[in-house]
Parts: sequence; structure tokens; C-alpha cells
Amino acid sequence: MSVALSHNKAERVVMKKKKKSFLTDVKQNFYLYLLVLPGVLYFLIFKYLPMVGVVVAFQDFNTIKGIFKSEFVGLKNFEYFFTSKDWLIVTWNTVFLNILFLFTGLFFAILIAIVLSEISSKHFKKVTQSIVILPNFISWTLVSMFVFALLSTDIGLINSILKAFGFIQEGQEISFYSNPDLWVGILVALKIWKGAGFGSVIYLAAIAGIDQEIYEAAKMDGATRLQCITKITLPQLRTTVVLLTLFGIGDIFQGDLGMIYAIVGDNPNLYHTTDVIDTYVFRMLRQMNDISMSTAIGLYQSIVGLIIVFATNHLAKKYDSDSAIF
Amino acid sequence: MKNSFENKAIDMFSYLFMAIFSVFCILPFILILSSSVSDEKSVQLTGFALIPKQFSLLAYEVIFQDNTIFTAYRTTIIFTVAGTVLCLIITSAMAYALSVKTFTHRNKIAFFVYFTMLFSGGLIPSYLLISKYLGLSDNILVYIVPALVNPFNMFLLRNFFKQIPDSLAESAKIDGANDIYILFKIILPLAKPALATIGLFYGLGFWNEWFTATLYINDKDLYSLQYLIMKVLREVDFMYEMDYLQGVIANYVAPSNTVRMATAVVTVGPIIFVYPFLQKYFIKGLVVGAVKG
Repeated sequence: MSVALSHNKAERVVMKKKKKSFLTDVKQNFYLYLLVLPGVLYFLIFKYLPMVGVVVAFQDFNTIKGIFKSEFVGLKNFEYFFTSKDWLIVTWNTVFLNILFLFTGLFFAILIAIVLSEISSKHFKKVTQSIVILPNFISWTLVSMFVFALLSTDIGLINSILKAFGFIQEGQEISFYSNPDLWVGILVALKIWKGAGFGSVIYLAAIAGIDQEIYEAAKMDGATRLQCITKITLPQLRTTVVLLTLFGIGDIFQGDLGMIYAIVGDNPNLYHTTDVIDTYVFRMLRQMNDISMSTAIGLYQSIVGLIIVFATNHLAKKYDSDSAIF
Repeated sequence: MKNSFENKAIDMFSYLFMAIFSVFCILPFILILSSSVSDEKSVQLTGFALIPKQFSLLAYEVIFQDNTIFTAYRTTIIFTVAGTVLCLIITSAMAYALSVKTFTHRNKIAFFVYFTMLFSGGLIPSYLLISKYLGLSDNILVYIVPALVNPFNMFLLRNFFKQIPDSLAESAKIDGANDIYILFKIILPLAKPALATIGLFYGLGFWNEWFTATLYINDKDLYSLQYLIMKVLREVDFMYEMDYLQGVIANYVAPSNTVRMATAVVTVGPIIFVYPFLQKYFIKGLVVGAVKG
């Protein structure tokens, strides 16, 4: 008993010391704390409060009663979601589309970087590089406008071209907006169109960093240009590729809401192949106004996402400790 | 002999690939520009085309007839400028404090920020907070306040500040300057390139903002430009509602398609205008970010 007491006392003394040292620390570094305060408040309010707000997922949220007085219903919201067939579709679409985006994006970014580094005309290189980076800076809403101009059934450019070359007859136009099977390809193409040019910048920088002597030595030994690309350039890019792939895999559970909602919108014809977790949650909110259920789905996404980040980081450490994200 | 063939093949492929990819990147822009200056009837008959079949500026007359576009422009410029300035101030203040080695709790605070990149409460709790508890719906602040600090930008800037020699701040401290003075008078002037990069990150993010409007904005005066594009694209009724098509005489074909394209053209202008800066500083930021993690 007395031992426990004295232990407690000692602890209290330590606590007091710590508290005091924190206060004196604030006094000493007053201006630094002042500088960091707005940012800390921002994260506290806009990032950490919503984390507490996930309790709504376990409630039957009622707008009038609010977050503090709504009834708790345990895991009922999750049960609803996981017993519906939707959860498999949206989870699959999210992961499948993200994997396609990741690897096609990677492929084209590297291809553009290598091709650009092989071009000797500085002028041509500069102009084409500027052009292929441009789409990165426009919004998905504008891309959506492009898609409309290209793909709409009666007046879209693609159908006009197909007609002009005689591939289809009048009245046989492809109805893109009602054919879900075409949209995986369309979304992937749009993602490449918008992001590959900008994505290549990082690989170009990596290629520029490769020691030129390696190439010269290889050429002396009779290596051809293609061999230089496949035996020197590509292997040298490995670390960058692995790192960026890991980043991408860490985000594999986060659907690109800004893209997919801007392009597909509320078009039920296309949900089957394009609906991702984020668009599903968003629709739950807007059309059904089911706050608790959509929070529950969002929480499912966040938790699985967190697990994936830790898993990829673990893998990265195993593979190469330099590649680990943290 | 074989080598020279391979050389030529690689050259051919490289030039051809870049030429084709570039054409694909630029074609949609030409398509909407051309469509926006086309006659609506010709568009309805033969579709959107890369070269206008019948030239007409009616679509532009229509959209400049009322002030919808101007209002959206004004709103977007206000929150883009104000937002970028505020974001830069708060982000650099935080980044500077976290870069000072004598700041005891900087690692804890850095983790506090980093964790938000790994886990989030999701869309709905933020939505409830912002619309119900903070009452920011239909308030221009909703574009700015929930996006004040981007953790990625903050860490990018902190890494940049770390490269500035400590001796500068220390000697100022000996002269009696406080940290706020040091940040604004010594550190920030040295960090202009980094600030330009991050300012453009923030600025472009604000300029392309439309999702916030979908969630929180009903007031037509507070539409952002990109949200306006969305509205014009998705809701034909919207164009009638907004006086867009009201001045059009009855037996005319309502120029809804060309109006859509003209709206898009008008919003993309500034991006093309600042593009050289965007390209330069984004590449810098991307490369620095990649090296430093």
C-alpha cells in the first residue's frame, strides 16, 4: 500500500514537472507556438473533429436531434451495407479502376519520359512536352465538357468521324452514355490523357540524373540504343517506379470522386462499371439523405485504406528500407 | 547497318509518338473553341466539328447578355486570391515553426498533421460539421476555410525552410527579433521560389474548385466558374433559368450546345494565360517533392 502510494507520489511529481516544463516551453517559444496555432486549430477542427464525427455511423442520425442526441443502433448501418450487393460492386470498381489507372499511368508516364529523352531536337521536345502537360491543369468539369463534345450520340465528334469513314451508318451511332462496358476504357483513357504527361516529369528528372558515363561506357562496348534503354535507363528508374507504385497502392481504396462524378454524374446507366465507394457515399447523401449509412460506408473505406497504407509500407521496408514512406 | 536501322526506328517512333500524343492533347481544346463559334443549326445537323462549318458568335452574345458568367468570375477570383494568400500565410507559419530545430514539440505536431494524410473521418462528418455546425453553406468562406492547409504543401515548404541555414535566424534572434519577424522579414523573402510553387498549387486548386459548390452552395451568386460549367453541361433548364436563352427569338434554334462550349472556353482562358508559370513552378515543386518525400 505504502509502496503504491509513494509510487503514485513520484508519478505526480513527474507529471507536475512535465506540466511545468510544457508551460515554460510555451513561454520560451511563445512566438513559435503562436505561428503554429492557426494550422493546429485548422487540423483539429476540420480533420480531427470529423474523425470523432464518425460516431454517426453507429447511430440512427436524426437531423433535428443532432449528433449528441441521436439514437445508437450499433452495427446496423454496416449490416445494411454489407448485406446489399452494392458493397461488392463499388469496392470492386474502386480497386479495379485504381489499379488500371495506376499501371496504365505508370506505363505511359515512363514511355513519354523515355521517348522525350530520345528526341534530339530541343525545340520539338520543348513544344511537345509543354502540350502534353497542359491537360493536367484543367478541371475535370472541363474534361467532362470535352467528353460531351466527343461522345454525345447525335452530335459527338467520334460518331461523326465513324460515320464519315463509313464505319457506321446514319442511325447506328454508338450511344456511349448508355453503355457501361465502354466506360472502363474511357475513364482509363481520360486519366492517361490528363495525367501521363505531367507524370512523366518525375521520370524525366530521374533519367536526367543518370550518370552519362554509364551510357558512354556501354556504347564503347557496342551497346545499341535500344539496349541502352532496356539495360540502363529502365533499371535505373526502378527505385522511382517502386516508390510511386507504393504511393499509388496506398491510395487504392480512395476512388477519384472529383473525376468520376464530374464525368459520369448521376447517370444510373453507367453505375455498374463506374460507381466507386466515394461516388456511392456521395449519392447516398444527396439522393437518399441517409447520413448514418453513408458515414458508415466512409468509415469502412477509411479503415481499409489505413490498413492498406500500413501493409504497403511494411512491404516497402522489406523490399528496400529506402523506399518506405515512413 | 543494323544499328542505323534501329536508330532510325527509335527516332521515328519517338517523334511520331510525341506528335500524336500532342495532337490528342490539344484537339479537345480546338474542338470546344471551334464549336463555340459555330452556328447552332449546323452543329445540330452535322455535330461538333474541329473547323466551324458556319461561323457564328451568337453563343458568346448570349452568355455575355446577362451577368451569370461575370458573377461566377468575380466569385472565383475572390476566393482564389483570398484563399491563396490566406493558405500561404497559415501554411508557411506552420511550416516555419516545424522547421525550427529548437522547437520542442515539432515532431509531435508534424505527426499530428501527417496522420490526417493517412486517415480521415470521411466526407459525411465533414459535411455535417461544415454545413450544420459551422453554418458555412452559401457563404463564400466555405471555399476557403475548409481547405486552409494542405499537409503535402506544408511538408514541402517545411523541407524547403530546413535548407535555409539556421545562422540567419539565430543572428536575428541575438539582435532581439522574434520568430514572427524572422519569418516575414528573413525567411519568406528567401523562400520566394518555394512560395510561388505552393501558391500556384493552392491557386490552381481554388480555380478548379467545383465540388465544394456541389455540396454547400445553392446561391447562384456564389457559383464557382467550374461549377457553372457543370450546371450548363448537365442542366439544359439551367440555361433558360439564368436568362441565358431568354433573349433568343422564338423561331430561332436555341443555341444550347454552342452556349455550353462558349462557357467552357471563357473559363479556360486564364489557365492558358498563366500556363508558362504553371508549367515552370509545378515541375519544380514536383521534382523537389519527389526528392524530399
